[in-house]
Amino acid sequence: MKKIIELKNISKAFDGETVLDDISLDIYDNEFITLLGPSGCGKTTLLRMIGGFEQPDQGDILFMGERINNTPPHKRNVNTVFQKYALFPHLNVFENVAFPLRERKVPKDEINQKVNEMLSLVMLSNFAKRSVTSLSGGQQQRVAIARALINHPKVLLLDEPLGALDLKLRKDMQQELKKIQKSTGITFVFVTHDQEEALSMSDTIVVLSEGKIQQIGAPSDIYNEPKNAFVADFIGESNIIDGVMQADYQAKFSGHTFQCLDTGFAPNEPVDVVIRPEDVDIVPVEQGMLSGVVTQVTFMGVHNEIIVDVNGFKWMIQTTDSVNEDEKIGIYLEPDAIHIMKKSKYSGMFGDYSSYSNELDELSDPGGEDEA
Amino acid sequence: MKISSKIYTTLIFVFLFAPIVVLLVFSFNEAKSLSVFSTFSFKWYEELFNDRNTLESVKNTLILATVATVISTVMGTAAAVGIHRIRRHWYRTLINTVTNIPMINPDIITGISMMLVFVFVGRLWGASNSLNFWTMLIAHVTFCLPYVIFQVLPKLQQMERDMVEAAMDLGCTPFRAFFKVTMPEILPGVITGAIMAFTLSLDDFVISYFTTGNDFQTLPIRIYGMTKKTVTPKMYALATIIFFVTMALLLLSNFVDNEDNRRLRDKRKQLKKKK
Repeated sequence: MKKIIELKNISKAFDGETVLDDISLDIYDNEFITLLGPSGCGKTTLLRMIGGFEQPDQGDILFMGERINNTPPHKRNVNTVFQKYALFPHLNVFENVAFPLRERKVPKDEINQKVNEMLSLVMLSNFAKRSVTSLSGGQQQRVAIARALINHPKVLLLDEPLGALDLKLRKDMQQELKKIQKSTGITFVFVTHDQEEALSMSDTIVVLSEGKIQQIGAPSDIYNEPKNAFVADFIGESNIIDGVMQADYQAKFSGHTFQCLDTGFAPNEPVDVVIRPEDVDIVPVEQGMLSGVVTQVTFMGVHNEIIVDVNGFKWMIQTTDSVNEDEKIGIYLEPDAIHIMKKSKYSGMFGDYSSYSNELDELSDPGGEDEA
Repeated sequence: MKISSKIYTTLIFVFLFAPIVVLLVFSFNEAKSLSVFSTFSFKWYEELFNDRNTLESVKNTLILATVATVISTVMGTAAAVGIHRIRRHWYRTLINTVTNIPMINPDIITGISMMLVFVFVGRLWGASNSLNFWTMLIAHVTFCLPYVIFQVLPKLQQMERDMVEAAMDLGCTPFRAFFKVTMPEILPGVITGAIMAFTLSLDDFVISYFTTGNDFQTLPIRIYGMTKKTVTPKMYALATIIFFVTMALLLLSNFVDNEDNRRLRDKRKQLKKKK
């Protein structure tokens, strides 16, 4: 696969505060790549740098092998879909989409043909003469996409484009964006803080935190093999437990030694153990490897989300079994339910659900007192 | 309660408009008297349009107001864009305050201080009489500028920040982006700013009085000069015309503002609906 954009050791600070810290990233042709992270992780700054709206303090940005650090936005073969769409209110739908073509002095017939083509791609053919302010959020979104795509950029940058839409519409637009990306073959660089969105749309996910890349990989890799506690916690729910790798395929945590599939650690190396809530089997106490008391049951529709106190550490388990509060249950883990990570600076910060249940307790307590 | 508020409103309008009505009525009076209305006539209007010096001063006033408006609108809009871009808060406050000075400073102080500067610089230059059209123009631009800036700034603040970036992203140079995207958005502010500048320049007396020379007389200065002798009803005719021209400009500026507000309201309604 061909590299389109290369970011080399990019650093950036605003007013002395580091926003991006030594970021290196390759973006390939025809790829749907997502920059994922909590707000303030630097993902938007990185996107703006590719768009040409920010310059790196250090490092280089290469576009098809050429350094473009100081190339202004209008000379880059890259277009952006802005978070709030940034449509031009004094122009109608047609003219908004035609704007880039008019800037390039494309002949009139060609403009008509191209804009109509693009409007039908985003299913807005009947809206050409409408004012953009009269459109719904989803329709404005489509106009913004059509306008950004009409120049056939090599790369389309999308800055949390679905953030302002309601859930149902967001799901539809996710599908549609993916379809547009496939049919046009344009590289999409997508910024979001929504991990579900990232998992369902991307070919590659780049997880960012505190201006640093935490992990790059396919969605399934990121989910199944998170590199550290931050990634494990940010992508989906995780129980993260202190453990020791006694030998290859053998991990000890919560006072029990488990079979697992991980190798390559030093003997008795301290590690973080990740167990996804849906990978835990609930069994009768006598058959369990561990046992605990259910402290909380939340009905979620498809499954129950339960919090289990195992020797003082609270686990989150998702199960379709029906269990009751204060019930004692056994926990059984298949070897492939266990994922071992090296210790990182994020160790101990995530993956314990004791605060999760406490918060809810605190909320419900005052109400109870009122009744009494 | 209702009746008293109606009386109050009526009184206000009477006091506001009675002088103008008197002026208007007596501008059509055949006789020169201020107490007896003899017959309706356009006599004073005719005389007004035959008075070369007055017409000359009207022409001067219009030329000055137009040039001052054009310059202060261009400069004021540019200044507003610049102020809008300042990121450091204390710096922006400072600039805003400095910009405010010509607006809050008493006209007479502005007038005298500007006269002093012009004479001082003129002397350095070696000119014996340095006050003329150009000094007056500089003075008018100075006091019009803040009004333009404070009409344009809010429009810039209402604008979505991404919009200029979007234009550049889609192929505009920063300069072109300003004219293609920023300008249409802030145009209502620019127009109201220009109208305000025009009316301010049109009826300014105090500052003009101090900064003009003998060879360039504007209308307010001429009227002031005439009051030293006797005021003929010719002046009522002139004042009536000026009143209606100013009124028309005011209505125009209100209309532009209303249109813009309606657009904003529509936009807000749309946004609410989406939520």
